[in-house]
Amino acid sequence: MRSDSHPSLLEDAASGSALSRNSDLLFSRGTAVIAGGSIVLLVGLAVLLIHDSLPSLSRYGPNFFVTTKWDPVFEEFGAAHYAYGTLVTSILALILATPVGIATALFVAEYAPRWLGDPIGFVIELLAVIPSVIFGLWAFFILTPIVRFTIEPALKAAIGPLPVIGGLFVGPTIGRDYFTAGVILAIMILPTIMSISREIFRAVPDTQREGMLALGATRWEMISNAVLPYARGGLAGAMGLGLARAMGETMAVTMVIGNSSSAISASLLTPGYTMASAIANQFTEADKEIYFAAIVQVALMLLVVATIVNLLSRVLVARITSKFSDAA
Amino acid sequence: MSAASDARPALSLHRTQPGELGRRIVDGIATTLIVGSAVLGVAILAVILGYVVIKGLPAWNIPFFTERPLPYGEVGGGVLPAIAGTMVMLILAAAIAIPAGLATAIYLSEFGRGTFPRAVRFVLDVLAGMPSIVVGVFVWALLVRQVIGTFSALAGAVALAIIMIPIVTRTVEEILRLVPNHLREASLALGAPYWRTVLFVILPTARAGVITGVMLSLARAGGETAPLLLTALGNQFLSFDLLRPMASLPVQIYSYAVAPFDDWHTKAWGSALILILVIGTLSLLTRLATRGARMY
Amino acid sequence: MLDGAGATFPAVLYSKWYDEYFKLTGVKVNYQSIGSGGGIKGISDQTVDFGATDGPMTDEQMKAARGGEILHIPMALGAVVPTYNIPELKTPMKLTSDTLAGIFLGDITMWNDARLVADNPDLAAVNKDITTVHRSDGSGTTFVFVDYLSAVSKTWKDRIGVATSVNWPHGLGAKGNEGVAGEVKSNLYSIGYVEYVYAAKNRLGFAWMQNQSGAFIEPTLESVSAAAAGAAANIAPDLRASIVNAPGPRAYPISGFTWLLAYRTMKDLARAQALTRVMWWSIHDGQKFAGDLGYVPIPDPIVEKAADKILSIHVNDRRAFPHS
Repeated sequence: MRSDSHPSLLEDAASGSALSRNSDLLFSRGTAVIAGGSIVLLVGLAVLLIHDSLPSLSRYGPNFFVTTKWDPVFEEFGAAHYAYGTLVTSILALILATPVGIATALFVAEYAPRWLGDPIGFVIELLAVIPSVIFGLWAFFILTPIVRFTIEPALKAAIGPLPVIGGLFVGPTIGRDYFTAGVILAIMILPTIMSISREIFRAVPDTQREGMLALGATRWEMISNAVLPYARGGLAGAMGLGLARAMGETMAVTMVIGNSSSAISASLLTPGYTMASAIANQFTEADKEIYFAAIVQVALMLLVVATIVNLLSRVLVARITSKFSDAA
Repeated sequence: MSAASDARPALSLHRTQPGELGRRIVDGIATTLIVGSAVLGVAILAVILGYVVIKGLPAWNIPFFTERPLPYGEVGGGVLPAIAGTMVMLILAAAIAIPAGLATAIYLSEFGRGTFPRAVRFVLDVLAGMPSIVVGVFVWALLVRQVIGTFSALAGAVALAIIMIPIVTRTVEEILRLVPNHLREASLALGAPYWRTVLFVILPTARAGVITGVMLSLARAGGETAPLLLTALGNQFLSFDLLRPMASLPVQIYSYAVAPFDDWHTKAWGSALILILVIGTLSLLTRLATRGARMY
Repeated sequence: MLDGAGATFPAVLYSKWYDEYFKLTGVKVNYQSIGSGGGIKGISDQTVDFGATDGPMTDEQMKAARGGEILHIPMALGAVVPTYNIPELKTPMKLTSDTLAGIFLGDITMWNDARLVADNPDLAAVNKDITTVHRSDGSGTTFVFVDYLSAVSKTWKDRIGVATSVNWPHGLGAKGNEGVAGEVKSNLYSIGYVEYVYAAKNRLGFAWMQNQSGAFIEPTLESVSAAAAGAAANIAPDLRASIVNAPGPRAYPISGFTWLLAYRTMKDLARAQALTRVMWWSIHDGQKFAGDLGYVPIPDPIVEKAADKILSIHVNDRRAFPHS
């Protein structure tokens, strides 16, 4: 990724009149100030969140992240199960979306001719612009019954009896649980994974491909030996960005996850909360100071985790695309 | 054929090597799975859009677009306040985000070397990936609780603007970088001050990219629900008062979907259809604009 | 325009009221039903003009309110009914305080549990898990419901307690009365608790509760009024009253008031006048809409006390309600 900008033509302009020099200075300073506004914004946001969550931070300390009792009456707050919910649903979404996303990206980048691949890529990217609440609407009315009456019973019957992983499908199949949330999240992050993977594949230099084909490889062998190994880091980045998006999703999740504060359970058929849905449900109603501070602390948790995953993924993606553009 | 040629080894290029059948099968399976995935992706989109259209169209009648909601449980009325509210807040958010995003993009593209611009880019990356509910929490704490003092359309617009700025900035900056230097040099050589060069030469050339950035950010902001729940709240009356709560389509969809009244469910689908059409049109236009963009 | 937010319990009534009031006076009263907790927080933070709640504010909450003293002004009465979705049950379910507490505590997990079948023979055929639905947001309806459960079940009181938001041992959470009704409607064999009208309007079954006298009482205008009858005589001066588990042969045991929350001292005269006017209308003319919508009008002695509260609202030593 090119990170340089144009050589400062401002120096060239310095030979102009005093008026234009001052106005240029004003211009560069002015835009710098506005650009700096975003830094002020982020810092202000972090400060405000920390300030408002102080009562909870100081009272519950690190226990907040590992206890699962969320009790506004007896004032015991622990958000571990919210974090767990975020983790479980996001990872499930990743597991479901990554194969389909990468495969679709391969289709568009490697298999399909341009006249077919581009429109298909565009169509799937359209999934990315559908608002979260509309996914939630569809999941609430259409997906949940299908999951509840068809998919979950089938999974429970097939996998339930098995040792160890059978624990994933225990309990009544209500359809409002981690599983449904994971499925709708998978649909929502599919376009993210696909479009970034496609960029990654496009960045892999053709010399690799041509080499394999000259050796008589089938197309799949060419991809698995020449393209995928080189794209590994970037694909990890694509997955990471998908993960970051899944962790921050609020509306679609809150409409199908069941919104229950019950303790951590291994079963995907459990209703639960994610950090984001907990905030959405309880923020405007936290009518005690300590309750409010606890919710803001959850927001802080979410911000930190989402940001770390987001930035790490960007680094991974950037490294791969720059490596290839240098090598090409 | 002579007996001599029968004795020569066959030099057929299509002779099957040991194991080749296995490799071909693997290749076939891979191809099937890969094509299947693409079909699955398209199918999912078609199914979702299909449901929105089929379930949403029955809600579309004249009152739906022109009237405000009726009391709970009564059948009829419409979502006019939500349609108007979304438009008002998007326009206001754009009024904040476009100048801020443009200025930031100009700064990064024209003056952007050193630690400060790097810090700005980093911050924008963080803001771009921030969960929108967190933005809502921030704007509530700052504007709803303190500065303005009420749930308000203005607070909602600010929350949307915060979400839009990273998108506008990133898109415009990339486009500005592509504008070749000779345009800048020519303008400056003619004695134009730098700010004039940027505003009247560079920006117009990058017009398509600027519009792309604006439309992309509008499409994103138009669908946001969580921040508006915390800032603009909602309103069953048509209102243009920026310092008071305002309805919006996404919030309306959510409220109606989770309620038990069937009429409201239909209206939720109908509102979703409106939203999809608006956002879909914006995205399509964006795509067409970048396709046909020919700058030099 | 006035902005209020809060309880979903009376939202059906309020949305009718404010629609009628707009047609009558042109004044827009925007009411957003986000849950009693939201109403309490909203008025406390002064982000709305008035709040609404069915769970009275605690002393601690009232002290924390930013604008000074807060008034609870009763608007109507209602019944919190256990609502369920069981197609096999053709007659209303009968629940005692023990069975209701048992279901929501998680002690009773199947519909054909012997304790339930004892009062409901038809349930013997229903061999299904019970799914409970509760409020995920801060709710006055929850408050009334758990207030009742705490009054009748020591286990509940010790383990869970009373508030607008509690730590439910299990079950699905939904936002608002609307959400709970919606969840019960879309989940077979589930049971939740909602204000009466949300069950009735959606043709969901609702249970008859056994009261202190041992009779199973249907939630009706009469039975809720009976529950409130005792309160009228000795209601607390600040009008925060609990009428759950009321004595009396015909009293419905899970009844409650619903209040508007406003500051005694307001700053904006025009706003205060508009607010006092609409509240005055609500407790007088507005009461006629209550019955049809599944609510119960407040008894006359309480109307008088509410009126006094409205008249006590002032701006700079001047009474806000206009002298007529």
